[in-house]
Amino acid sequence: MREAVILLVEDNPDDEALTLRALKKNNIQNEVVVARDGREALDYLFGEGIYEGRDVRVKPQVILLDLKLPKLDGFEVLRAMRGNEHTRLLPVVILTSSNEERDRINGYGLGANSYVRKPVEFGEFIEAVKQLGLYWLILNQIAPAAGVL
Amino acid sequence: MRLPNQKLSRNVTLINLLVSAAALLLACAAFVGYDQISFRRSMVSEVSVRAQIIASNSVSAILFNDATSARSTLSALSASADVMWAGICTAQGKSFALYQRTGTDRVPALPSIAPGQMQSVLFGNGDIVLARAIIFRGRSLGTVYVESDLSTIAQRRKEYAAIALAVLLASMVAALLVSWLFAKSVADPIVGLAALTRDITEHKDYSARAIPTGRNDEVTLLIGSFNDMLGQIERRDRALREARADLERRVEERTAQLTHANKELESFSYSVSHDLRAPLRSIDGFSQALLEDYDAKLDAAGKDYLRRIRASAQRMGVLIDDLLNLGRVSRATIQKEKVDATALAESIAADLRRAQPGREVEFRIEKGMEAWADPGLLRIVLDNLLNNAWKFTSKRGHASIEFGLRRDNGGPACYFVRDNGAGFDPKYADRLFGAFQRLHAMTDFAGTGVGLATVQRIITRHGGSVWAESAVDQGAVFYFTL
Repeated sequence: MREAVILLVEDNPDDEALTLRALKKNNIQNEVVVARDGREALDYLFGEGIYEGRDVRVKPQVILLDLKLPKLDGFEVLRAMRGNEHTRLLPVVILTSSNEERDRINGYGLGANSYVRKPVEFGEFIEAVKQLGLYWLILNQIAPAAGVL
Repeated sequence: MRLPNQKLSRNVTLINLLVSAAALLLACAAFVGYDQISFRRSMVSEVSVRAQIIASNSVSAILFNDATSARSTLSALSASADVMWAGICTAQGKSFALYQRTGTDRVPALPSIAPGQMQSVLFGNGDIVLARAIIFRGRSLGTVYVESDLSTIAQRRKEYAAIALAVLLASMVAALLVSWLFAKSVADPIVGLAALTRDITEHKDYSARAIPTGRNDEVTLLIGSFNDMLGQIERRDRALREARADLERRVEERTAQLTHANKELESFSYSVSHDLRAPLRSIDGFSQALLEDYDAKLDAAGKDYLRRIRASAQRMGVLIDDLLNLGRVSRATIQKEKVDATALAESIAADLRRAQPGREVEFRIEKGMEAWADPGLLRIVLDNLLNNAWKFTSKRGHASIEFGLRRDNGGPACYFVRDNGAGFDPKYADRLFGAFQRLHAMTDFAGTGVGLATVQRIITRHGGSVWAESAVDQGAVFYFTL
């Protein structure tokens, strides 16, 4: 069995570096695919654009999705995913700066599995990433790949 | 519509008829009464003249005791149709001569002449009897009596009544005619005016106008004033309508501006909450990375600076969060319901104890307190006040925090949070609720200074008020009403 992939959708290189650092600090060694905008995330998932020809049967174990993204924002990515048979059951954790009420309502409304706010304090951020890794990579059982060829 | 017209005309006609009839009847009565009196007076004087003639003509007959001559003197009265009976008595009261109109043989009741008088009159039923003394050289020789029929007076009365009736009827006809003309010229414009007022009251159409009569009288004046009044109402109405439309337009404009401003504020705070925190995360995160990865290359001062950078970044994060919460509280829609304030305070107290288990704090929370408030916002209020009390009692060996309800007579329910903490100088009490206003040094007590500003906004939005009493080192009491 192949190592579970984490899809990190994040446009801010600082946040990307910090997230990768937090993962490393927690000894999470899974492959991390980084998509820098919403379009790239969907291309990865659907095997289009720069990911043309990718084996789409290889699905991420969890998607860490930022909300404010260039091109397509996090909500549009989520909507497109939930509207597609291949990706509608994938676990999505919204990982964002805000705790705006409408963001949370929209996120869960579109089928997010979790909503986590990135803390300013890096220690807290490491703790949050640790909890996420523990839960989504070890404890959580994903839906069987039904309907996939 | 024609009904009131007929009514007014009828009334005018009726009044005219009644007034004419009354005036005529009074005039006729006065005239007939006067005529009767004067006729009677002339009757009396006529009979008196006859009696005097007979009296002077009968002197010699009485003196010479010639009854035949006296009778012939009396018989001359047959020329006067109204004389019914006449007679002469001697001074001794004996009947001397008589005259009777054929067909009558009765003797009327006779008046007697008072001493010193020449004659006396007695009015009977349908007749008049006059007695006249016969005097010759100062000596009374006897008396002449003449009875005259009054049936002519009755006749005259009948004639007068007939004439009065004819005049009355003619006057009534004339009054009717006058009334009709009057109704045409006076009643019609008034009735038209009345119909118009009713029409205007019903339909609220103040553009209608009464038609002037074209004459120069009070009715024209009335119609003119009425039209003026209508004009004023119409103008005022129009001004009012325009003012209202203007007001509505302005309200709409302001609402649009407000909505726009609110939207801008919302998108501003949205981007603040997304974009302002990200750099702080980088500052804190990479400072931490420096501390971890370059530990060996940094001396104590370098590490201290990095720690200060991190502390500031984190504090900025808290400030941004508090500020966003303050904005959220101002925009939140308030949905009031019955809230168990006691349970709310107890759960906050439990949270505080859990966060700092080492502290010894006595909580006294009144049982059974209920509040009519937005539950989420009330939680923020109590959270801030109890957290403050917790914070500012941190240097007390035995800390005590009380949450209760004071019910002043008639006033609104007044909640209070009392502590025995550091308190504050009452001189600065007015600054307490301003955003980012702090009365204590950061080194003594941490905080952003947004908490009480948030509390005040929530309380104000509930329509209540919040105030505090304190003295330095004497603890503080925060009161609020909802």
